[in-house]
Amino acid sequence: MARKRSKHLLPGFGLTLGVSMLYLTIIIALPLAAMLLKVGGMGWEEFWRIVSSNRSLAAYRITFGSALVASVLNGLFGLLLAWVLTRYSFPGRRFLDALVDLPFALPTAVAGLILVTLFSNTGWYGQFLEGNGIKVNYTQAGIIIAMTFTSIPFVVRAVQPVLEEVQVELEEAAKTLGATDWQTFARVIFPTILPAFMAGCVLSFARSLGEFGAVVFIAGNLPGLTEIVSLLIFIRLEEYNYEGAAALAFVLLLAAFATLMLTNALQAWQNRYVLRSR
Amino acid sequence: MNKLFAAAAAAIVLTATPALAQPTDILNASYDIARELFAAENAAYAASGASITVNQSHAGSSAQARAILEGLAADVVTFNQVVDIERLVDGGFVSEDWASEFPNNASPFYSLPAFLVRAGNPKGISDWGDLAAEGVQVIFPNPKTSGNGRYTYLAARAWANEEYANDEAKVEEFLTKLFNNVPVFETGGRAATTAFTERQLGDVLVTFEAEVLAVREQFGADQYEAVIPSVSLLSEFPVAIVDKVVDNRGTREIAKAYLDFLYTPEGQEVAAANFHRVNDEAVAAAHAAEFPEVRLVTAEDAFGGWDKISEEHFADGGLLDKVFLNQ
Amino acid sequence: MQSNPARSPAEYALISLAFILSALFLLVPLAVIFAFALREGVGQYIANILEPATLHAIGLTVLTAIIVVPINIVVGVCLAWLVTRFQFRGRELLITMIEIPAAVSPIVAGVVYLFLYGGQGLLGPALQAMNIQLMFTVTAIILVSLFVTAPFVARELIPLMQQQGTEDEEAALSLGANGWQMFWFVTLPNIRWAILYGAVLTNARVMGEFGAVSVVSGSIRGQTNTLPLQITQLFNDFNVTGAFAASSTLAFIAVLTIVLKAALERHGRQ
Repeated sequence: MARKRSKHLLPGFGLTLGVSMLYLTIIIALPLAAMLLKVGGMGWEEFWRIVSSNRSLAAYRITFGSALVASVLNGLFGLLLAWVLTRYSFPGRRFLDALVDLPFALPTAVAGLILVTLFSNTGWYGQFLEGNGIKVNYTQAGIIIAMTFTSIPFVVRAVQPVLEEVQVELEEAAKTLGATDWQTFARVIFPTILPAFMAGCVLSFARSLGEFGAVVFIAGNLPGLTEIVSLLIFIRLEEYNYEGAAALAFVLLLAAFATLMLTNALQAWQNRYVLRSR
Repeated sequence: MNKLFAAAAAAIVLTATPALAQPTDILNASYDIARELFAAENAAYAASGASITVNQSHAGSSAQARAILEGLAADVVTFNQVVDIERLVDGGFVSEDWASEFPNNASPFYSLPAFLVRAGNPKGISDWGDLAAEGVQVIFPNPKTSGNGRYTYLAARAWANEEYANDEAKVEEFLTKLFNNVPVFETGGRAATTAFTERQLGDVLVTFEAEVLAVREQFGADQYEAVIPSVSLLSEFPVAIVDKVVDNRGTREIAKAYLDFLYTPEGQEVAAANFHRVNDEAVAAAHAAEFPEVRLVTAEDAFGGWDKISEEHFADGGLLDKVFLNQ
Repeated sequence: MQSNPARSPAEYALISLAFILSALFLLVPLAVIFAFALREGVGQYIANILEPATLHAIGLTVLTAIIVVPINIVVGVCLAWLVTRFQFRGRELLITMIEIPAAVSPIVAGVVYLFLYGGQGLLGPALQAMNIQLMFTVTAIILVSLFVTAPFVARELIPLMQQQGTEDEEAALSLGANGWQMFWFVTLPNIRWAILYGAVLTNARVMGEFGAVSVVSGSIRGQTNTLPLQITQLFNDFNVTGAFAASSTLAFIAVLTIVLKAALERHGRQ
């Protein structure tokens, strides 16, 4: 890694580079390399057979489909919360603001335990829902709820700071021109926060793709119906089928990488937007 | 003279100190549904005056074998299948003559695959053939990860071999139907039980009689009934010392003492009280009423022994893979 | 923030909706933990917590956090210093690399460690020959915890340090401070709240990590069972109250986390 002469003469380049590289190599790069070697060693045909098998395809469909629904739900809920928290002042606002972070602070296994209890046929929510013919536990609805719960904060926290910066003058100008509240929101505010909103949704989607602890509690783990990719990897591992585990783990790694690239691009877009509107 | 004696005693104490520094704990890697059994066995072992701590790790038997090959430092294994110990033999972790190191093929107690059905037996399940009927949902653990699941496969096959007079096409048709009736293959026996009881999946749970009776006891006979099929497979629960680990840790003696305990009347009594059939005659007689008579075939008689079973049935692309479309 | 003297009906509706949904999906789930943990009485609750395996799991979880969080802080500060104070080739790649662990499924985190250090893995056989056992030990739990929380501190520091610029530090140097003095008296006071904030997030994740740990721990009761694994085992053993009692300790830490986080955030804004 060649060092360009920086215009600042601050110390610590060697030290921090050393520590960072050591850490990155041991903790992140080496383990990832071990998996890539495993995948590389199995040959294209074998890899393709595993990742395109019916059971794998069903698992992608369930995982990606549920994550998509979960991030849409979170988009709506997150936008509402971010709006209410930044625009209005009311008693309990700070409490609500803090409560939003609960899903990040609460371990996923605990979240799973809670949800499966709440939605069981004798649970606080379940007995009401099952009376109306809606079954959540051990169905795809359970997966969606677990994914939604564990990624609630993403959209709120992505939109909140941007929403705070939207200039009040813009809104007031729109209103003096005769726009209704809804028109002001849809035509003036929403386009400004769109990149951040989408970045929040993508982060929520990425988290949902990888969610394991909460989902295994509440999903029925039925192959082809309620089996997510992470669980299938776990099963392959237990079956001593390391090729199968490695190939599917590689698919999830690619998906994570893609969502990471997407959020980076969206964040860059948002930054340009904010700069331009200033 | 007294001084000399005191010095000698001190010397003995000093030389004995390294022995005191020896580990006083061992790890028993065991199968999934044996949690309660070994919690009870270990408590009884401690009560018998043993001063060592026995730690427990439970998961599907094959998953445990894999974990040991990956480095899980278990001093002893108490598995539910020979095949899983043979994997450790192949990996150089267990000596080849392990089966003769302890009595009864190194199996202190035994059980058999049996059925647990919901109260009133609504689907009228009485034997293996009923499990393949249309509209019946069967729960048993994944035969790739669980010895329990493999016993179920073998017991069903043993029944079918008799029923269809070894007509392989008919046997495979039966087994395929049976496997297609399974909505979910959990990786361990306990997870399968949870699926059946907590998640209310399936009409019948196939698992060891020990688990069937324990669940019926836990939830009450008004919720579940035990069904013992016309024929089942003798399920031996082999134990072994993991040589590579005990030699490394210096725990061979305490590991052996622990496994020996399982064969003592106290150990056997705990096993029987936890619904396992035992070989100790006095203990077996005392518990005879709890265990119905059943015709058991052995892996040796029905399939020509475990080596042959491993090769023909459980190897990649073997007979199990033909009926277990797990892709 | 605007505070409208007269609320419109829409405003009322939106605030109410936000409260109702948050109560249903955030507050009730939190309440359910304590309701179930205490449903067999306080005595039973205390007995459940003091159950040796649960107590050991609590200890192990705390131990893991005590080791992982400081390492994460040191590395996070180094990384942030590196990418905000210097331009070099590969800088962008570095930032992306550090984010991967948090973006990928925790199961994948466990799998990659198994493939590296497991007995059948890349380095496992060599390590075993040297009599070093990593998988299924506390070390493995610590390693995967470091992996999944890799970006947590750096992520909080990078935007802040970028925004603060380098004038203060350059001034300190020109006044004759050495590198450590500059860091200790100029940089650290500016970023200490962000460090604490990152540490709180790291701690929450380490204590709650389940997927990655479940692959590498071996789940030995009283040895390598962390709290989340212990909770799962209790649940599988039909001991729901015990599972909730164990969960309540983590829920308590979660509440503490969000309170600290809110306080630090307000501090950061001032």
